[in-house]
Amino acid sequence: MKYSGWNILKQALTGKKEWAPVWHKPEPKSHYETIVIGGGGHGLATAYYLTTEYGMKNIAVLEKSHLGSGNVGRNTTIIRSNYLLPGNEPFYELSMKLWENLEQTLNYNAMVSQRGVVNLFHSDAQRDSFVRRGNAMCIAGADAVLLDERGIRNLCPFLDYENSRFPIKGGLLQPRGGTVRHDAVAWGYARGSDSLGVDIIENCEVTGFIIKEGRCVGVETARGNISANKIAVCVAGSSGRLMGKAGIRLPIESHVLQAFVSEGLKPILPNVITFGAGHFYISQSDKGGLVFGGDIDGYNTYAQRGNLPIVEDVCAAGVAIMPMIGRSRLLRMWGGLVDMSMDGSPFIDKTRIEGLYFNGGWCYGGFKATPASGFCYAHLLAKDEPHPVAAEFRLDRFKRGHMIDEKGAGAQPNLH
Amino acid sequence: MIINHPLLGPRDASEFIYLGDASLIDRPDWNSENAAQQFYEYLYLRDNPAGTIRELWFHEYGDRSWLVVTRNTLTHEIVNVELARDIDREEKHSR
Repeated sequence: MKYSGWNILKQALTGKKEWAPVWHKPEPKSHYETIVIGGGGHGLATAYYLTTEYGMKNIAVLEKSHLGSGNVGRNTTIIRSNYLLPGNEPFYELSMKLWENLEQTLNYNAMVSQRGVVNLFHSDAQRDSFVRRGNAMCIAGADAVLLDERGIRNLCPFLDYENSRFPIKGGLLQPRGGTVRHDAVAWGYARGSDSLGVDIIENCEVTGFIIKEGRCVGVETARGNISANKIAVCVAGSSGRLMGKAGIRLPIESHVLQAFVSEGLKPILPNVITFGAGHFYISQSDKGGLVFGGDIDGYNTYAQRGNLPIVEDVCAAGVAIMPMIGRSRLLRMWGGLVDMSMDGSPFIDKTRIEGLYFNGGWCYGGFKATPASGFCYAHLLAKDEPHPVAAEFRLDRFKRGHMIDEKGAGAQPNLH
Repeated sequence: MIINHPLLGPRDASEFIYLGDASLIDRPDWNSENAAQQFYEYLYLRDNPAGTIRELWFHEYGDRSWLVVTRNTLTHEIVNVELARDIDREEKHSR
């Protein structure tokens, strides 16, 4: 059913009889043209764009748990396209453009809110680097506004401008950045894909790959073997674990990223704010909770929970720029598994096994990439060649020496 | 996490810097025929296991020794802690 104001009214007056679950629970078939492993944001977006943009049919999405139970339900909901490098920025800008039309495309309220993302800078050198980044963004068709201290004061008068260690000198604002209701992204793509005939199969963990003569011809799952012509892995966070079953070692380590929500407060933050002298980012949800996060814990883990030193570190960084939040209480905190790649950038590529494709390595920035990741992965699956804006996200880039190291931090996952 | 340092006893993990998989101890031979391939695999590819992993931790805010910690990545349980220099010596000795 198409969602509209008219339909809400109609259903209210006619006993709400036509409201139905927005996706079915089909039994897996024995064969599909394409199998997408991972029913998170990226996997569902991939299935959706495979159908709508590339006219592919007979697609299944296999999810080991319930739909959207991984990182799409665990992130801090920020969208932005404020990257520097030419391998990254056009990709994230495509994502931003897809976000802007997402709700109309999917006929689903994902609460896309372009409230602006501000990156604060605290020194002259940092200002210079932000000017450079802003220019790179504008070249790629994104939007960027450099604000001086007065500009930031007008926008966010509550920041600690008297901080003598890290004085706020200004910020780089991306007005089109903002936040999105994260679960609704998964639900919207699921509803869209399902209505176009994609089988979304939950509680169907992939336990192995069926590889014959160097070609992947299917998967072993908790619900039996399923054959397919193309198998698309899309399980960021658990990539190492799954690709290990195909005998492929990746330039990826699994780490945990923690996120936090405070108790509900009256509206105080007009936009998304990031600290330039530490790793801290914060926004306020529509329910009033302050949603924030910072660094990854920094060691390999699959435990979906972090340790306390990072909690202290993140909260200290928050209080450093925004002393007023010191009195709010933490309501919830949680951890999500992230694929930390060796240069901090993702992969959308074929593998050395024919018929097996890989999407992963999103580090702690996968949510904002959801639409473009699905779009570009669908392109790769349909045409067997990378989408132009994702052409740098190759698995062999370390071997060739073409890393996409956004921060120039070095070849170690916990530095990014 | 508490790391039971072989010399100093139990220390908080926040005193340490994490480097990663302990296979980094075994640096490839730069002189070998396929050194470029070996260094690529050494530097960039990881087993990334879900379960037991041996990994290198540096006691930055302590005695600045390198430790090899055997830890479970699913539970964060630390099974064994050794000095990296002891392991390196043993391996060279057994070669």
